Amino acid sequence: MASHKITSRTPGVFYHRPSPDADPYVTTGASVAEGDTVGLVEVMKTFHEVKADAAGTVSAFLVENEDEVTIGQDLVELET
Amino acid sequence: MSVIVRDPGLETTVQDTGRLGYYSIGFPPSGALDSFAYHVGNALVGNEPGAAGLEAVYLGPTLEFTQDTVIAVTGADIPAFVDDAEIPTWESVAVPAGSVLSFGQLRAGARPYVAVAGGIDVPLYYGSRSTYTLVGIGGFQGRALRAGDELPFGSLARDPRAGRRVDDADIPSHPSTAEVHLLVGLHSYRLTEDSLARFTDTEWKVTPDANRVGYRFRGAELEFVPREQPFGAGSDPANVTDCGYPVGSVQVPGGVEPIVLLQDAVTGGGYATLGTVVSVDRDRLAQTKTGDRTRFVPVDLDGALEVRRDRLAALDRIRSALAS
Repeated sequence: MASHKITSRTPGVFYHRPSPDADPYVTTGASVAEGDTVGLVEVMKTFHEVKADAAGTVSAFLVENEDEVTIGQDLVELET
Repeated sequence: MSVIVRDPGLETTVQDTGRLGYYSIGFPPSGALDSFAYHVGNALVGNEPGAAGLEAVYLGPTLEFTQDTVIAVTGADIPAFVDDAEIPTWESVAVPAGSVLSFGQLRAGARPYVAVAGGIDVPLYYGSRSTYTLVGIGGFQGRALRAGDELPFGSLARDPRAGRRVDDADIPSHPSTAEVHLLVGLHSYRLTEDSLARFTDTEWKVTPDANRVGYRFRGAELEFVPREQPFGAGSDPANVTDCGYPVGSVQVPGGVEPIVLLQDAVTGGGYATLGTVVSVDRDRLAQTKTGDRTRFVPVDLDGALEVRRDRLAALDRIRSALAS
């Protein structure tokens, strides 16, 4: 199995879930299809969905909920 | 005769030189945050100065052109593609009808600009085509672009031509620590001496709250000189009696997280103004992104005027070279 990392396309704050009391988009062990939303990055008071750019199984979150992230930073690791 | 928005990116707006002359009645100017990149873009495609272009942030838009035209991408360092072939930036490029402009991942800076021959033709509102999204006026329907929007080309092309190029030496680099010049005042006396020194010694980090209204920074705490507040100033030591805010002015609500007000900001209020970023250095600020760092370098009034004169002279020189 190969591993693939989903990166952030904008700087901002990473969120695992669509709103504070909602379930996370995905959890470790979940399988995702290409185009599935795996998190949110908030910047300039707007929310940008982070989409899986490959299909696979989520093996790790590489940043904590509410961590600040930069452009190109690895967010989620997939086993493909 | 138009550009069709296939994907708007994060927040792409129509901007020009701004809506000048209404500040006194509470209207901020809006307009391109990186004025240099905007003006050079127009010069590259051979537009009249003041033609409207597009300003994006972090994520470039995907745009389809419905007729042959000439475009130029300036501003942030970002790969740009026409129909999947990479095109040079800071250079005018001919694009055929039906072609699609798209962008890769930003390398440095924050805001790419797209100039199109003729400019973007949206109605003038109080003398400007700039979008002011907070109250929904100007630009395209007063808002950021959405997928499916169709923007007509304007008629402000003077001499559209592909192959014009800005000299490498004139292309701004976008270091991750930006230095901007600061004219100290009007209320810098409200900070303790130590705190004012700390303000200009600190490398401030750009927070996620950084947009066309203003940039909020983190990095140090500042203390105000204790005093009995004058009538009308309220009890917060960061407050003064209401006054006008210069564009580019710096305020520090609560003594933490200073804010630099930009082209879409409120025009007045009751926070003490520590200083004002020299107008031409707002271009540099506009190309910093969340997580980047900024240093404020103090200058006196003569120094500020010199910075402005030099930068505007460079712009004139570049525009003349491109026009010949």
